[in-house]
Parts: sequence; structure tokens; C-alpha cells
Amino acid sequence: MLIERKWKKWVYFYLPMAVFIVFTLFPFYWMAVTAFRPDAELYATWRQPNAAPLWTLHPTLEHLKGLLQTTAFPTWLWNTMLIAIVSTLISLVCGMFAGYALARLKFRGSEFLGTAIFITYLVPQTLLFIPLADIVRDLQLGNTPWALMLTYPTFLIPFCTWLLMGYFKTIPKELEECARIDGATRFGAMVRIIFPVAIPGILSAGIFAFTLSWNEFIYALVFMASADQKTVPVGVVSELIRGDIFFWGQLMAGALLGSVPVALVYSFFVEYYVTGLTGSVKG
Amino acid sequence: MADVSIRQLNKKYENGFHAVKDVNLEIRDKEFLVLVGPSGCGKTTTLRMVAGLEEITSGEIRIGAEVVNDLPPMDRNIAMVFQNYALYPHKTVFDNMAFGLQMRGYGKADILKRVREAAEILGIEPLLERKPRQLSGGQRQRVAVGRAIVRHPEVFLFDEPLSNLDAKLRVQMRVELKRLHERLETTAIYVTHDQVEAMTLGTRVVVMKDGYVQQVGEPLELYGRPANKFVAGFIGSPAMNFVEVSISGSGDTLWAEAHGLRLKVPAHLKARLSATAGQRLTLGVRPEAVRIANGAGDYSFATAVDVLEPLGNEILLNFRAGGVPMVARVDPGVRVKAHENIQLALDPERLHFFDAKTENAI
Repeated sequence: MLIERKWKKWVYFYLPMAVFIVFTLFPFYWMAVTAFRPDAELYATWRQPNAAPLWTLHPTLEHLKGLLQTTAFPTWLWNTMLIAIVSTLISLVCGMFAGYALARLKFRGSEFLGTAIFITYLVPQTLLFIPLADIVRDLQLGNTPWALMLTYPTFLIPFCTWLLMGYFKTIPKELEECARIDGATRFGAMVRIIFPVAIPGILSAGIFAFTLSWNEFIYALVFMASADQKTVPVGVVSELIRGDIFFWGQLMAGALLGSVPVALVYSFFVEYYVTGLTGSVKG
Repeated sequence: MADVSIRQLNKKYENGFHAVKDVNLEIRDKEFLVLVGPSGCGKTTTLRMVAGLEEITSGEIRIGAEVVNDLPPMDRNIAMVFQNYALYPHKTVFDNMAFGLQMRGYGKADILKRVREAAEILGIEPLLERKPRQLSGGQRQRVAVGRAIVRHPEVFLFDEPLSNLDAKLRVQMRVELKRLHERLETTAIYVTHDQVEAMTLGTRVVVMKDGYVQQVGEPLELYGRPANKFVAGFIGSPAMNFVEVSISGSGDTLWAEAHGLRLKVPAHLKARLSATAGQRLTLGVRPEAVRIANGAGDYSFATAVDVLEPLGNEILLNFRAGGVPMVARVDPGVRVKAHENIQLALDPERLHFFDAKTENAI
């Protein structure tokens, strides 16, 4: 009995899990290996004697050095960080208030407004950048960080609003009713009771918003022209692919460094993030 | 300390549901008033309107001398205990209890003193540094009550505060609440669907149904003199037995008759029932108003015991009379067996008659 169960667990659990993990992590691994592989190995054929296609025999930091010294990568990293943080903060603040209002306040057209906000999220960015480009030009924001800090919230606010609205709905309304009887105004109850209780939801909305703006490509490509204003995703692609030449080592080093902050943010808040998505508040 | 006055109170929701209809209540200072009724009867809505959590469609609510219709909850000087306790999960027990005082600008020393005082009354001093999730149901309940009493409000509002507790704890907390009310002497309005809670806690009890107040009275008054069939059936467990009877007069005597049942209308009811001769009425009999008879008489009838429920302190006899199932509550010393043919008699002093149409007591 026991042996049979063990066998089953291996087949139905560990094996599929292993396949899944390899499948998910392989691109990340490949990126890391390529970043530390010398050019001689990178461009050698696999049939060459002593070839090690899955790892490197002579790890090197030359691509990292090249990336940091010959390109404006540190500036891109700084731009991306600044833009992601500011647009996340703007979106979170708006999303918290809007989500609370849609979840709790009864006013004429509240349901319609909720749906309308969601629909704006569904409009593809590949269409939305055309009118936005017009606005950015009119406001003379092109090629400044503000172009992205103010346009990212167009898709981040609907996203945060919806995620937080769902989370606020899971919080018993008696909590704020009690706070209002205890002497708080509605606004006070929201800020002192509901927001602290909703921290898991707010954090996961924040992490998502941060990741979305960190990885955003189209707006950054369209609104930013000069090399020193670019973000990591655009900078890496536009400066390290010249014509038909791919600087694979530096490209991968850039991708690796670019993904580290996001990975760090995720790993710090993973617990909050899970409860934020599953939504659980106990009184 | 304050009395609460509710006049012509109505609540109509936007979807057209009329939850509370023309409710009039005068709650005296220091009184413990219980609103009881089945779910959807409007009791919680009434309470929430007193709290200011629900807008009033029409009518007036006064707390003390002040009309509070348009006052926000924070300005009504009330405290409320919710069914799910509504403890702030991110605050410790101390901070939960202190929150209301902080919001009202009390000084630190004063807050500490009041919280300690309330914690002592409720026996939750060792829990002050814990978070709500580290407490048991009974402890959470105590904290919720503690949070209400620290502010020394004019009125306590309780919204089914015991219904999330298990049966044993509920009985225990019920007694504690009663003791607490005697000690604090504060006006309290308490909502419950449990008629035992209503009867044991209330100075007076308000029975509601479909948004209307059915009867207001002291517990024993509701039990002994129900205003209508609904109150009669709702208060008391097992519930009052009802049987449809027709009233007929022969000479000086009135008779109430149903299938296999012929009872003489007792003298004290004759005057009131004489006008109803020839009509159909509902006869109500409490289970304890049925006893085992020695022989035939004006109030006795023959029947067979259907099911026997020996509860230790009493026996519940289930039988059929007048074509309907009925229950009698008899002494545990009585020797009866299931399916045995017996003679039962009704206590003529404790018969209730209700109009078959309006269901009002006659």
C-alpha cells in the first residue's frame, strides 16, 4: 500500500512538477549562462569538440563590463526605476480611492463606472499609444520621464482599481461601520481601518503595477527618443541590436540585470502577494 | 444615560423593498429592549437606523432630547456590538478598545485607565496585547463588548452578538450580558432571532414580523397574553399548539369543536366569544397547558401517543387532536408508552382564541 502510494506521488506530483520547473526556469538559466559566456564559446558550433552548450567552461564578466561601460545602461536602469516607482505610486493612490468607492459607496451609475474602467483596461496599448502620442506632444512631454510617468497610469489605474475593488469587497463592512460608530468619519475609517487591513491587496496591486511599468515597451519606445532617456527594455533592444548584429552577451547581461530588481521585489513580498490575490481577511 | 424614542419609522430600499413599516417604540432610560423576529422582519434594519448606518426613509429617531435622524454615527454617542464582532484585525485588543477613545481625543492616561477598567470587568486583562486572530470566539465576543463599554455611551446596540458562539458559550455569555447591563445601567437595544435570548435578556421584548411591530411587552406578558397568533407561535418552545375550531352555542353554553374534539368555552372567555358563534376560530394551547386526565370532562379528550420525547426534566408527548399534530409537556414521573391510548385535558384558564382571518387574539 505504502509503496504504491509513494510510486504514485512520484508519477503524479514530483515528475510533472520537475518538468514544470525546468520549463519555467530554463529561459532564465539560459539568459544567465549566456551573460557569462565568452564570445568564442557563444559563436562556436555545438558539434565542436569540448563544446558545452548548456554551461560555460570559461565564465567571464566582459559582457557585464561592456554593458556598464560602453552603453548608458546605468542611466536606463535609473530611468526605469524612477518611472516605475512614480507611476506605481500614482496608480496605487488613485486605485485605492477608486476601488474603495466602487466597492463601498452606492451612487448612481457606480456599476456602469466600474465596467467602464475595466473596459479602458481592455483597450490594447498598441492602439492607445496613437492618441496618447498626440497628447504627449501637445503637452511637450516627449522625451522626458513625465511622458511615461503620466501615461503608464492609463493602464495601471484600471488594473489597480479592479484588483483593489475585489479585495475591499472581501473586507467585512462591519469593520468600517464599527469605526464610524467609534468616532471616525467615513474617510477616517477608510484610511485608519480599511487601508491597513487591505495591505496584502495593496502590496500585490503595487507589485503588479511595478512589474507592468518595469517591463513596458511600446510607450517607452514611442515617447522616448534620446539614448539617455530610455528605459531598460527599450535601451537594451535598440542599442545592443545594431542592424542584424546581436550582441548576445550584453543583451543577456542587460536582461539579467534588468530582471533582478523585479525578482527581488517579488521574493520580499511573496506572502502578502499570495494573500492579496486570494483575498482573506479574518476579523 | 438616555431614553430612545422611535416614531413612525419607515425604511424603503431603492429596489422597493419596504423593510420597516411605521415602527413606534419608546425605549426607557436604562431599559434592555430586545427586538426579536424571524429573518427579514426588519429588526436589524431598525437597529442600524438607530445607529445611523442606514438612512431613514421617513419618521424620527430621538436619543435623549435630540433628534438624530441626520447625525452621522460618530455623533450619536452610541456603541454597537456586531454579530461577527468586527474587531480590527491589525490592532491589538488594547488598541481595538482604545480606538474609540483615541478618535474622541482622550488623553493617554485616561485611555489606559478606562481600557483597564473595562478589561477587568470582562476578565480579558491577559489578552490586551494579543491580536484578534489569536483569540477564541468567546474571547473575541468579550473584546467586542469591551470596546463598546469603554466609551460609556448613552445607548448600547447589539446586533445578534451571540449567534456565532456555540450553544454552551451562548448561555454563559447571555448571563454575563445581563449582569453587565445591571452593573452599567445603560439603555440597550438588542436584536436577536432567538426567542429564548429575547425572553431571558429583555426588560421588554418587541416582536416584529414583515416590518411591523406585532407586540411590545414584558417577557411574561408576551408569553401569557400574546396579541396575535404569530406572537403566540413565535414565543415559547416547543411552540404553542394551534387547532382550527368552530364555535357553536347550545343554551347557555358555548362549545369549541374540531375533529374529535369538543371543549366547553370557559366562563371568562364566554362574553368575548359569544359574538363569534357559528364562526371558525383558531384555538391556541401551550404544551404545558395540556395534562393527563383521570376521566372524561368538559376539557378532556381521548387520543393516542404518537412519539415520546423524554428530556429528563420533562416529557414531550406528541399526539394528534382536532386533526392536527400537537405537543404536550408533562411531568417526567408520568408513566406513558408510545402508541398508548390516553385521556388528555386542557387547562381552561390557559386557552387562547385567535380570529381565523386577522389572527388577532380574541
